[in-house]
Amino acid sequence: MSEQVLLGLADDELVLGWRDSEWTGIAPMLEEDVAFSSIAQNEIGHARAVYELLSDDADVLAFDRAPEEYVCAPLVQLHLLDWGRTIARRWLYEVADEIRITALMEEVPLAAKINREEAYHRMHAEMWRERLAETPQFRAAVDELWPYALGVLPPEQRAELASRAGRDEVAAVERGANDAAFTELHAEMTMVRRSAPAGAQW
Amino acid sequence: MAAVEIPRSEQAFLEYVQAGGQVETTDWMPDDYRAKLVKFIEMHGNSELMGVLPEREWILRAPTLQRKLALTAKVQDEVGHAQLIYRVVEDLGKPREQCLADLISGKAKFHNVFHYPTKTWGDVGVIAWLVDAAAIISQKALLKCSYAPYARIMKKICWEESFHILHGRDVILAMVTGTPEQFELVQEALNRWWGPLMQFHGNPIPREEDPMFIWRIKSQGNEEARQGFLDGYVPQIWELGLTVPDPKLRKRDDGVWEYTEPDWAELKHVVTGHGPRTADRLAFRARFLEQEQWVRDAVLAA
Amino acid sequence: MGARRSLGGLMIYEVFRQDRKGQPFEHAGSVVAPDAEFAEAWAREQYGRRGESVALWLVPRDAVHVVADWADEFDLKYRRVDGYSIKARLKEARERAGTAGAG
Repeated sequence: MSEQVLLGLADDELVLGWRDSEWTGIAPMLEEDVAFSSIAQNEIGHARAVYELLSDDADVLAFDRAPEEYVCAPLVQLHLLDWGRTIARRWLYEVADEIRITALMEEVPLAAKINREEAYHRMHAEMWRERLAETPQFRAAVDELWPYALGVLPPEQRAELASRAGRDEVAAVERGANDAAFTELHAEMTMVRRSAPAGAQW
Repeated sequence: MAAVEIPRSEQAFLEYVQAGGQVETTDWMPDDYRAKLVKFIEMHGNSELMGVLPEREWILRAPTLQRKLALTAKVQDEVGHAQLIYRVVEDLGKPREQCLADLISGKAKFHNVFHYPTKTWGDVGVIAWLVDAAAIISQKALLKCSYAPYARIMKKICWEESFHILHGRDVILAMVTGTPEQFELVQEALNRWWGPLMQFHGNPIPREEDPMFIWRIKSQGNEEARQGFLDGYVPQIWELGLTVPDPKLRKRDDGVWEYTEPDWAELKHVVTGHGPRTADRLAFRARFLEQEQWVRDAVLAA
Repeated sequence: MGARRSLGGLMIYEVFRQDRKGQPFEHAGSVVAPDAEFAEAWAREQYGRRGESVALWLVPRDAVHVVADWADEFDLKYRRVDGYSIKARLKEARERAGTAGAG
C-alpha cells in the first residue's frame, strides 16, 4: 500500500476539513453551519487517524511540514467562500473519495471505518445537489471544478468518477503544485503553533 | 383548543409566575411579558451567534488537531444554541429572518463580550474558561425561567456548555504550565477581558426593580450572578498564579466580594453598537447573509 | 406545541428523542425544514451530534393532535387513588382484629 496514497488521503481530508470549517458563522442557514462543523470535524478526525498510520505524532505531519511537502489535491486547496462552489466541491469530492476509499478498504481496515462515516457526508452532499441542481450557480460551479475533481484520483480511477458524475473525462488538474492560496492557508494554520518552540504543549 | 388555566389578568399572571407557575407557548400571557420575553430570549440568541465570530479565526489557527476539534465542537454548539433559541422566539411570533435582520441593522442587541477583539490564543482559553463561566451562571438561573419552552432548551444548553468549560480549563492549564511566554499570553488576555467580564452580568439593579426578575424570566439578580461568578472563579484564577487586574478585589469576611466599580458607561456604549469590533462583525454577517440569499430561496422553493 | 404550523414553504417538525434503548421518547424541541430529508439531516445534528440520542422521531407539527382540556365537574374521586382513605380504614380494621400497634 503506497504511503503516498495514504498521505494524499490524509492531506486531502485535513485541508478540506480546514476549508469546510471556514463556513463557521457564515453558512446560509444556522443548520448548515452546524452540519458543516460536523463534516469538518469528521474530516480532521479521518486525517488524524491516517496520519497515525504513518507516524507517531499526527500533529507533526499535520502542521510541521513545509507547504510544498503536502500532497493534497488542488480541489481541496481552493478557497471557496460561496455556497454554490462549496457544495459543488463537497459533492464532487465525496463521489471521488468513495471510489478511492472503497478501493483502499481491501488493504486498510481504517478505510472501512472512514467509509461508514462518509455515508453521512454523501447523504448531505446529495441532498444539497438535488436542491441546487437546476441553479445557474451550482451548474457553473460543477463545470469549473470538474477538472479539479478528476485530479483527486489517480488516472486509472477517473473513468469511474466520470461515469458516476455523469460527465466526460477531461484533462485533470493534477496534484503537485500547491498554490499561493494553500501557502496562505498553511501560514494561518500554523501561526499559533510556530509561536512556541517545537514540542511545546498546547 | 387548550384550556387556559392561567387567569387572563396581568395581576393574577404575575402572582402565578411568582409562585413558580410555568407558561407554555399557547397560554395567555400579558403583552408586556411576551414583549420582554421575546427581547430577552432574542438577545440570548443573538449573543450565541455573535460569539461565533471572535472564535472563528482561532479555529483556523488552532495549534493541534485536538484543539481544532474541540474548538470547532464548542463553536458548533453555540450555533446550535442560537438555532434552538431562535426557534423559541419564532414560536412566540417573531421569525428568525426578522431577528437576523434586526441584529444586522443594530436594532437588536447582543452581550458586551462579543463586541471585543480576540488577539491571541490566550483569548481562546480565557473565553472558553471565564466568559463561558459567566454565561453559565446566568444560564443555570434560566433553568427556572417561567416560560417553559425556554427553560427546557436551557437544560440542553447547560449540558453542552459544561464541555466548553472543561475545554477552556484544559487550554489554560496547558499554557500556564508551558513556557513563560505562554503563561504571559494567558495573563495578558485575562487583563484585557477582566473589564468586560465584570460588566457582563449587568449593572446592579436590585432584582425587585428588574422586570426580568419580576416576571421570573430571570430567577436571580445581576449582582447575585456577578457574586456567583467571582466566588466560583477568582479562587481558580489565583491558584494558577495569575493575577486579576483589580487591586480592590477581595472577599470580605461576610462572603461578599468587593471590587472596583465596573464602567457602566462603557457597557452601555458597547451594547448599543459601539464596541471595538461591532461594526465589522455585523458587516461580515450581513455580507454573507446577502450573498447567500439565493440559497435560502432555493431551499424554500417546493 | 407552538402555535404556528408552518412558515412559508417550510415545515415545522417536532423532534422526540430517546436517551437510550428502553427509555421513552421525549419531546426535545422542533426543527424547521423544507422537507423530511432536510429535517432528518438537521435533527441528527441538533439532537445527536454529541451522541446524546439513540433514536429520534420526527413528526410534522400538523400531525400532532393536542389534547389539553378535561372535564371533572362532579369530582368523581373513585377514579383517583387519593379518593380512598386507606389509612383510616386500615387503622380501624387493625383495631378490630387486635393487630393495631404492630407495624
